[in-house]
Amino acid sequence: MSKLNDTVAWIDQRFPLTKLLEEHITKYYAPKNFNFWYYFGALSLLVLIIQIVTGIFLTMNYKPDGELAFASVEYIMRDVNFGWLIRYMHSTGASMFFVVVYLHMFRALMYGSYQKPRELLWIFGMLIYVCLMAEAFMGYLLPWGQMSYWGAQVIISLFGAIPFGIGDALTLWLRGDYVVSDATLNRFFALHVIAVPLVLIGLVVAHIMALHEVGSNNPDGVDIKALKNSQGIPKDGIPFHPYYTVKDFMGAIVFLIVFFTIVFFMPEMGGYFLEHANFVPADPLKTPEHIAPVWYFTPFYAILRAIPSKLGGVIAMGAAIVVLFFLPWIDRGKVRSIRYRSTAFKVLLFSFVAAFIVLGYFGLQPVTDAGKWISRICSLIYFGFFVGLFIISKNEKTKPVPERVTT
Amino acid sequence: MITNNPPILIKMNVRLALCLTFVLALLGVNPVFSAGSSVALESPRIDAGSEKSLQRGAKLFVNYCMACHSANYQRYSRMARDLGLSEEDVSEQLIFTTDAAGEPTKVGSLMENNMTTEYGRNAFGVVPPNLALTARSRGVDWIYTYLKSFYLDPSRGGIGVNNTVYPGAAMPHVLWELQGWQKKVVVDDGSGHEKVKLELMSPGTQSVSEYDQTVTDITNFLAYMADPIKQTRHRIGMFVLLFLFGLLGIAYMLKKEYWRDVVH
Repeated sequence: MSKLNDTVAWIDQRFPLTKLLEEHITKYYAPKNFNFWYYFGALSLLVLIIQIVTGIFLTMNYKPDGELAFASVEYIMRDVNFGWLIRYMHSTGASMFFVVVYLHMFRALMYGSYQKPRELLWIFGMLIYVCLMAEAFMGYLLPWGQMSYWGAQVIISLFGAIPFGIGDALTLWLRGDYVVSDATLNRFFALHVIAVPLVLIGLVVAHIMALHEVGSNNPDGVDIKALKNSQGIPKDGIPFHPYYTVKDFMGAIVFLIVFFTIVFFMPEMGGYFLEHANFVPADPLKTPEHIAPVWYFTPFYAILRAIPSKLGGVIAMGAAIVVLFFLPWIDRGKVRSIRYRSTAFKVLLFSFVAAFIVLGYFGLQPVTDAGKWISRICSLIYFGFFVGLFIISKNEKTKPVPERVTT
Repeated sequence: MITNNPPILIKMNVRLALCLTFVLALLGVNPVFSAGSSVALESPRIDAGSEKSLQRGAKLFVNYCMACHSANYQRYSRMARDLGLSEEDVSEQLIFTTDAAGEPTKVGSLMENNMTTEYGRNAFGVVPPNLALTARSRGVDWIYTYLKSFYLDPSRGGIGVNNTVYPGAAMPHVLWELQGWQKKVVVDDGSGHEKVKLELMSPGTQSVSEYDQTVTDITNFLAYMADPIKQTRHRIGMFVLLFLFGLLGIAYMLKKEYWRDVVH
C-alpha cells in the first residue's frame, strides 16, 4: 500500500492526478436526489466510447472508395472475425446515441438545467448535439448504399436554396463534385473519423468541466451549494464516487441489455436503424422511390417539408435548432423544476414534446396532404413553445421551492 | 426515507428500461420495405434451421440464378460450412463458374457469376443485380411472390413474359420448366371490383405445391445469404443477455449496499 502511495505522491508532484480525481470524481458533490432521468448523461458518454472503439475497428477494414466501400462493409459483415458485431454495435450505437441524448435534453427542459448559472453548460451541450448530427450524417454516407447516397444528395442540395449564387457554390464546395461522388465519400470519411470526433471530444470535456464548475442541477431545481455543513460540503450532496459510479454502473447495464437486444436480435430495427434500401449499393442513376433521412433527423426534415418554399423550409429547419441555443434567455423564469412551475409551463412542454414526436413520424413518411398539414401545425407548436415560454415565464405563478431537496 | 429502498430501486430500473423501450417503440418496429409493388405479397413458410431446405435452395440458386446474377459478397466456403456441406462436394457439385485464369472457381472465392456486366447490359438492358442482399433490401415475401408471379405477355417482345410484382421486369421466366406457364386473367371478386389472377395454362414438371416448395427453398437460401451470421448471432445474444442480467443483479446489490447510508 505504501508503495502505491509513494507512486501516487511521485506522480502528484509532477501531474495533478489526485487533484483531478478529487475535483471530478471523489469530491465532486452531486445532489442525492437524482432520479432516473439523470442516467442519460453518463449513458451518452458510454455510447460515445462504444462508437469510438467500434469505429476504430471498422476503419481497419473499411475502404473509403466509391468502387469498394459497399463491398468492404459486406466484407466486414462476413469475413472479418466478429466484424458483424462491431458493425452492428456501431450502427445501433448511432441511433442509441440520439435516443439517450434526446432523453438527456428532455431532462434539461423538465428541470430547467439550462437556467442560470448553467447557460454555458447548455450551449456546450447544444454544440455537442449539432456535432453529433454532423457526425451521424457523414457516417451514414460511408456504407455507400442507396439511402446513404440519396440521403446525402438531398440534404446537401438543401444548401443550394441559399440565394445570390452562394448556395450553388456552397453545395459544390461541400460535395467536391457536381453530384455526390467518390470525392464526397473521401472527405466525409475524413470528417467522420477524425475532424468531427476531435471537436466532439473537446466539447464533451468542456461540457463536463462546465458542469463540475457550477455543479449538477436536480429534479427539485434546488441549489444545493446554498446550504453547506461545517466542512463546506453541501448538505444535500454526496460524492460522485462511490455513490453515482455504482448507480450509473447499474443504469449502464440496463442500457446495455436494451442495446444488445437490438444488436443481436433486431439490428435493422425494422428498417429504422438500418434502412432496407441501404442494402442496395449506391447508384447515381437510379433514385429510390422514397427517400427519408434516418429517424433522428426526421422531426427537422418534417419542418423543412412543411414550409412551401424551399428557402423558407431550410431557414425554418435551421431556426428549429438555433432557437434551442437561446433557451436560457427565452425562459425568463426563476424556478427551475417542472415540479414547482405553472400548469401553463407543463402544457407547453408536453405539447412541444408531442409535436416533436409527431413531426418525427411524418418526416419518415412520404408526403401526403394530411401529413403536410399536421406537420405545419406541429411546426407551429414547436416554435410556439419558445414564444409561449418567453411570455409565460415573465410573471409565472409558481409553487414555493423547498430549501432542501426532496426524494 | 431511504432511496436504497428496493422497490423504488427496482422501479427506477424498470423505468429506465421502459423509457428506452418506449422511445424505440415510437419508431414502430414494423418492417417497412419500399419495394413499391402494388400487389399483395405472400409470405413463404421458410425454415431457416432446415439444412435440407437451404441445400436445395443453394442448388437451385447456383443452377438457375447464378447464370446471370452474382452474389459476390458471399464465399462458397462459407456457404459450405453454414449449410453442412463439405468443400469437396461444393466444388464438385455447386461450382459451375471459372475464374479469370479460366480454371474452375476455387471454393474460397466469392460467388461470382460468369456473365460480364457488359454482356448483361446488352442482353437485358440492365445488369442483373447482385442477389446476396436482396432478402434484406426487398424482403423474403417479395422474393417469394416475385418468383411465383411470372405470366405470358406477348407485348413484352423478346422475353415474352411479365411479372405482377415487378411489372416490366427485364428477367425472363427462368423457372418455366418447373412451374410451367401462367396467364393473367381479370376476374370479378364478387363485389364489382376487378381482381388480377394468375392461372396456370400449361403445367411444368412440378406440381403447384412442389413449385411452391422450390420457390420457398430459393427464398430461404437468399434469406440465409443476406444475413449468414443470423443463427450464430441469436445464439451468442442469448449468452450475452444472460450474462448482463446476472451482472445487473450484482450491480443492483452493490448500489443498494453503498446507498445504505444515504438518508433523505
